[in-house]
Amino acid sequence: MIPELGHFALVVALALALAQSAFSFVGAATGRRALMGTSRSIATGQFVFVAGAFAALAYSFVTSDFSVVNVVQHSNSKLPWYYRFAATWGSHEGSMLLWTLMLAIWTFAVAAFSRHLPERLVTRVIGVMGLVSVGFLLFILLTSDPFERLIPAAAEGQDLNPLLQDPGMVAHPPMLYTGYVGFSVAFAFAIAALLEGRFDAAWARWSRPWTTAAWCFLTVGIMMGSIWAYYELGWGGWWFWDPVENASFMPWLAGTALIHSLAVTEKRGTFRAWTVLLAIVAFSLSLVGTFLVRSGVLTSVHAFATDPRRGIFILLFLVLVIGSSLALFAWRAPRVGLGSSFAPVSRESMLLANNVLLAVALAAVMLGTLYPLFLDALHLGKISVGPPYFDAVFFPLMAPAVFLMAIGPVASWKHAALPDMWMRMRWAFGIAIVTAFLLPFVLGRWSPLVAFGLWLGLWVVAATIAQVWQRLSSAPQRGFAARVRAQSLSWYGMHCAHLGIAVFIFGVTIVEGYATERDLRMAPGEHTAIAGYDFEFKGTHELPGPNYTAVQGDFDVRRVGSSDVFLELHPQKRTYAASGQTQTEASIDPGLTRDLYVSLGEPVEGDAWGVRVYYKPFVDWIWGGCALMALGGFLALCDRRYRLKRAASVPAGAAAARP
Amino acid sequence: MIRFLKFGVPLLVFGILVVFLAIGLTHDPREVPSPLIDKPAPRFQLTRLEAPQRSFSPEEMRGKVWLLNVWASWCVSCRVEHPLLVDMARKRMVPIVGLDYKDQRPDGMKWLSTHGDPYLVSAFDDEGKVGIDYGVYGVPETFVIDKQGVIRYKQIGPITQEALERKILPLVRKLNG
Amino acid sequence: MKAILAALLLALAMPAFGQADEVAHPDPNVERRLKDLGEELRCLVCQNETLAVSQAPLALDLRNEIREMIRQGKTDDQIRAYLVARYGDFVLYKPPFKPITVLLWVGPFALLALGIGVMAVVLARRRAAPVPPAPAADAQRARIASLLAGEPPARGGDG
Repeated sequence: MIPELGHFALVVALALALAQSAFSFVGAATGRRALMGTSRSIATGQFVFVAGAFAALAYSFVTSDFSVVNVVQHSNSKLPWYYRFAATWGSHEGSMLLWTLMLAIWTFAVAAFSRHLPERLVTRVIGVMGLVSVGFLLFILLTSDPFERLIPAAAEGQDLNPLLQDPGMVAHPPMLYTGYVGFSVAFAFAIAALLEGRFDAAWARWSRPWTTAAWCFLTVGIMMGSIWAYYELGWGGWWFWDPVENASFMPWLAGTALIHSLAVTEKRGTFRAWTVLLAIVAFSLSLVGTFLVRSGVLTSVHAFATDPRRGIFILLFLVLVIGSSLALFAWRAPRVGLGSSFAPVSRESMLLANNVLLAVALAAVMLGTLYPLFLDALHLGKISVGPPYFDAVFFPLMAPAVFLMAIGPVASWKHAALPDMWMRMRWAFGIAIVTAFLLPFVLGRWSPLVAFGLWLGLWVVAATIAQVWQRLSSAPQRGFAARVRAQSLSWYGMHCAHLGIAVFIFGVTIVEGYATERDLRMAPGEHTAIAGYDFEFKGTHELPGPNYTAVQGDFDVRRVGSSDVFLELHPQKRTYAASGQTQTEASIDPGLTRDLYVSLGEPVEGDAWGVRVYYKPFVDWIWGGCALMALGGFLALCDRRYRLKRAASVPAGAAAARP
Repeated sequence: MIRFLKFGVPLLVFGILVVFLAIGLTHDPREVPSPLIDKPAPRFQLTRLEAPQRSFSPEEMRGKVWLLNVWASWCVSCRVEHPLLVDMARKRMVPIVGLDYKDQRPDGMKWLSTHGDPYLVSAFDDEGKVGIDYGVYGVPETFVIDKQGVIRYKQIGPITQEALERKILPLVRKLNG
Repeated sequence: MKAILAALLLALAMPAFGQADEVAHPDPNVERRLKDLGEELRCLVCQNETLAVSQAPLALDLRNEIREMIRQGKTDDQIRAYLVARYGDFVLYKPPFKPITVLLWVGPFALLALGIGVMAVVLARRRAAPVPPAPAADAQRARIASLLAGEPPARGGDG
């Protein structure tokens, strides 16, 4: 009964989505307030029914209803309840429903939090999002119905893929999808602006918080995927330039360019056509990413079970949505006209450079990801494009962007004086260079790449500290606390996010430069030493789990030279009962300055095992940096100016004073 | 005019992308084409599966068009194509030589007696070194080799009726002259 | 003969080893070179893993082949050529620089040059012709004046 209700809810949601789009567009085009007024309520209704459908599917999973095909294929009664719940989105069908739910939530949020925006604009935004919902709901109902029944019901499920039975996998897809789908709001704002023929600073201001919010979620989603890969896959890697990772990274790059471009459009009313294009591109990349993962066009560890029919549907959907948006852009954007002028050295030109570099980096990642497909389609053979290519191409492109990021905030709008900037930054510059040169010696081994990476990170940190100190010490308020409070949240957010990038760079540089590992066979009682730590293998024993049996290894860790065991590590090798698959669970001791990581290989004769021990210095800074970036975005979101009511008592001029 | 054209560039780029994605839907990204096509079949000398004291080498097949079929008793997909091979052997369409890949002799022989033996002879590649020389990465795989000992076609995965009729048999006929 | 067969069967009967266990007495120099090479090679069975890491039987076999070649003194290029001759360019994670991959390797830097060119054009244009502010209409001028005088803005219904 419940699955049928869920299916029915989807059909109703589709009808509502159609109504949502139709009434919104007709209403906005004709200016009929009665029609426009319905858009918010219909959007709310659509949200309620999509949420209901999702709840129905989740219910089927949690109660282990094995008369539903999807539940049989991806769940098991012995699965702990939280994984049964997460299995709702562990399949292609379920994850599409999650996508659609996120879209409905964002639509509802726009409907609820946009009272202060012009009616016509909001109506069109909701209309555009309605159209996207129609596409996804149709896709689900026509090709990917999660509510398909199995008659007669199966006795037991085939179990969720063991790789997915993990807290990371519970959190990663919802965060990621929230981000992907969140860009649909920026997209809808862009389309609405194109339809209306109006994109001014006000439009940018309205669009900005939504875009930043989506970007925050996407940052967190990608970060979680990376953390999960690190501890789950057992080899200590955290990014593989896998096609699906790239599929999530490309919208992120576009989104980062977009939030910076929006800043220029909001402040100075320029780069308007480019900002609109970026908004379209960011969401288009989210959609293309969906296509790549589900169509079977690229090999990836993430790829869902593929079906060419689904691939064709998504491709048609892509052509419709992206094709018509870009056509609309080609038609309407030329009317925008040139924005205000600015000098070759100015905040605008720095942000322009930021956008150019991010756009080229984005194009490079796309080129690398799709090149094997291009060659194969042209019958020119099959090649692989992997980390060696991306590392060689991406970092040289991003280094200048990071360098400029440190001084961008110091450049004034419209016209900045290089000598002034140099005067402000010269200490930061000097300290960064000297420290970056000396630090590798302290860390153990000097290498030019490590020094360069450290310099970039230190430069950002030093420049940020300098700017914050200069701003606070020259502020007119009395007292430190008052000065701190006087600065806007978006200013703090910017520096926090930029610092996040520096922290990220430190993490990557040090881990890639100084990580060590041992890959060896160990018998019980044997020791191995790495980076000043001694690991003693004590042997293994069996350990039952809820739906698996594990062989657990025991390791005592001491500091070399001491006999005190300060840490015990317990890597496992799990065999899942339902599927028979084995899974390695590494044991990690995280720390601020290093991770110690042990994972079991295969058993060897006697009691000996193949063992991998890793020393990963500063690896957690990689994700700490990502968290700081997301925090920065969140702070910027909370800035007061986005919460100003329309009838402001503050004179309009004052609001634009501070960056 | 150029100003207007430049706004159409994103649409154009997208259009090209879509064409490639559409073509991509018809290809299998996991399939690895063989670089050995139109190259001489790598030489080897292995013992025969059913007669360990005798050896087999591809030179023995010179002057004939033949198939080299890589199989193993542990390979599930091999059972799918095997009836086709047995049928081909019975109708004497083309000589087939087997390469028993990374197997154990008793298991291989038992498998043949259970499922039928379409092979002129099966070479026993227990270490898999010959498989590596032939670029084998998944079993079953089949090579069409011409009278001069040059590889002309590689079938990745089980031979289907369609592949047999559309690709393999026409090629064999062509190579036979 | 029987003893050899028995030993062979025994060896084959053992479970797939992890990389650590493939060799009873690993030579650290050989293993390090193997790891460096292997991380740039693609496993053909588990196509999302490097040859260094994959536990597929073919990956094990290929790693042993590479160990042999390293011991024989072959260079990295020779080892790569050996694999490419059998499996094609697909096995290399770093695409070779050849005519069909020129676009791939040069592309990003060509795009960068293009981007810098576009930037130069934009900077030149934005500096040369600053757009003069449009003359405000009288009604707007009056409104500006009243706003500057500190009167609260009128609630307007611009849609």
